[in-house]
Amino acid sequence: MNTAANATTAFDWRRWAGAALPVLMILALPIFADHGASAYQHRVIVILGIDIMLVVSLNLFNGFTGVFSLGHVGFMALGAYASAILSMPVAHKAINLPDLPVWLAHVELSFLPATLVAGLFAMVVACIIGLAVLRLSGHYVAVATLSFLVIVRVVLINATPFTRGSRTFFGTPAYTNVWWVYAWVAVTIYLAWRMLRSPYGRAMLAQREDRVAARAVGVQVLRTRLGPFALSAFLTAVAGALWGHYILSFSPNAFYFTETFTIITMLVVGGMGSISGSVIGTILIVVLSEVLRNLEGGFDLGFMQVPPLYGLSQILMAVAFISVLVFRREGLLGYREIDFTRLFVRRGDPRNEREA
Amino acid sequence: MSLTEYGLQQAINALSIGSLYALMAIGLAMVFGILRLINFAHGDLMMVASYAALFMLLAGLPFWMVVILAVIVGALAGMLMERVAYRPIRGAPDVAMLLTSFAVTIILENGAVMLIGARSRPFPVPDFLRQVYHLGNLTVASVNVVAIISTAILLVALTLFVTRTDTGISMRAAADDMTAAQLMGIRINRVIAAAFAIGSGLAAVAGLLWTAKVGKVDPYMGFFPVLKAFVAAVIGGFGTIPGAVVGGFVLGILEISLQALLPGDWSSYRDAFVFGILIVVLLVRPNGIMGARVREEI
Repeated sequence: MNTAANATTAFDWRRWAGAALPVLMILALPIFADHGASAYQHRVIVILGIDIMLVVSLNLFNGFTGVFSLGHVGFMALGAYASAILSMPVAHKAINLPDLPVWLAHVELSFLPATLVAGLFAMVVACIIGLAVLRLSGHYVAVATLSFLVIVRVVLINATPFTRGSRTFFGTPAYTNVWWVYAWVAVTIYLAWRMLRSPYGRAMLAQREDRVAARAVGVQVLRTRLGPFALSAFLTAVAGALWGHYILSFSPNAFYFTETFTIITMLVVGGMGSISGSVIGTILIVVLSEVLRNLEGGFDLGFMQVPPLYGLSQILMAVAFISVLVFRREGLLGYREIDFTRLFVRRGDPRNEREA
Repeated sequence: MSLTEYGLQQAINALSIGSLYALMAIGLAMVFGILRLINFAHGDLMMVASYAALFMLLAGLPFWMVVILAVIVGALAGMLMERVAYRPIRGAPDVAMLLTSFAVTIILENGAVMLIGARSRPFPVPDFLRQVYHLGNLTVASVNVVAIISTAILLVALTLFVTRTDTGISMRAAADDMTAAQLMGIRINRVIAAAFAIGSGLAAVAGLLWTAKVGKVDPYMGFFPVLKAFVAAVIGGFGTIPGAVVGGFVLGILEISLQALLPGDWSSYRDAFVFGILIVVLLVRPNGIMGARVREEI
């Protein structure tokens, strides 16, 4: 304990280096995207950043509370639509969404306020449904949050004045760039990490490990679940908003089962309960699926032409996912984090002792 | 149209849709009862059976033979699914099994897209399933009558099976207490395979009835019915066969009443209400309307 306290009060370049290294590694992506990356690579880097946000914020809830939400893509949808509606120029709104209620038709927010309001909106929704759903446990939460996702979809398809229904929603201002995305990635990782290391986060982990024991020492289970649920809904909605302002035209189909499964695959492969695992799992799956998608359209083996096999990448991804669940259920990292301070601290040094 | 006639008409509609949900929910409940696995891929068995039927009809086989073979194909597909995907992960945490079944869904649906194509194909529905009868002011489609009657027959057969045969009784024993059942010499793998075969066969029947109703087949056709069957199974109390049947019919009645009672612009939100009711049932009676009133504390 003493050494840890000393290490944080006195300037310790090793700890700083350990903290700075992952930041620099993540920062390398947008720098590369702006200098020398092809348009395709640029696009992959932007989408990767948004996926990292989605997975880390899903992990913040699913991984650290041990309760499994299947409905987070619903928050992503709320974020994308809300931010797009709030930021669309008034003149465009009159044409694209003529039936919008008056109080929305004359609003035109700039990028950051629009995403923040969209995030807060999702957060309020999360608090309302969370109060009900988070009382449940195990299976039941999964089924209830899946129901939430279906409800969001039904509403998106039917709330035509706001969303154009199942038709494509277009006219979203193209605000997202790679720096916005990676700034939000940094915020997401920082918030998740802070929450995990706070007393509140310890309570989350305690009720994940043993609900009864946690209650016995005064942890209020519902409250410790609600906080991360609301925060992760906020961040997921912001990620959805960033996605919307990048993709520009989308429909409710984008926010359904396929997207849910993709994000969960990234989460499970990386290891539920580990922030660095989420980042690594996301990078792995994004790269893998890009490679597979390029092969999917058919390719030349030299001696024969492989025909296009649409759907193959999804199938291989699902097979990989089942293999991870069967052979390495805790994912690549499990509950561990990659700790870069270890790179700089010699073996046997007391600073190498990990905090519990 | 008098009020009685209107009620009768709606009752027929509710019964016919409810019987499809019941057929689907039984398979979910049988598997859940034994393995605690929510088999999300159950809906895709409808799709597999319907495609099998489509290709056999196009090959020129007679309809009655196609029905029997398609049900067998569905049952075999279900057993294969269990052997390949679910047996390796048996005993894992509930959520891991649920996620595995998601992956199976992705594999089956994309497999169909890859091999057959994403576009829906018209299904040559035989004439006797296309009739519409008029009894006074009532209109009754023959496919609905067939759905109700075949569900009734299957339910009687299933009841006899689980109460009178050794396999059926072992199945209920395994659902009650898997370890004790194994200690009594029940071969658990065989029982689970039988549960998958029967549940999947029923899903195949539901798939064929569904296809006969809508007249087309596509890779994603099982997605929404299985969600509805979940709701039915949860309403009835997950894991029991009678609960699944009651849940299926309750859901049918619920949907038809929502359709009838919701004001015009709201009726398209029907499914949002259905899933909202599911959340309420989970909160108030997590063991279903048939189950004991126990509340799982957090």
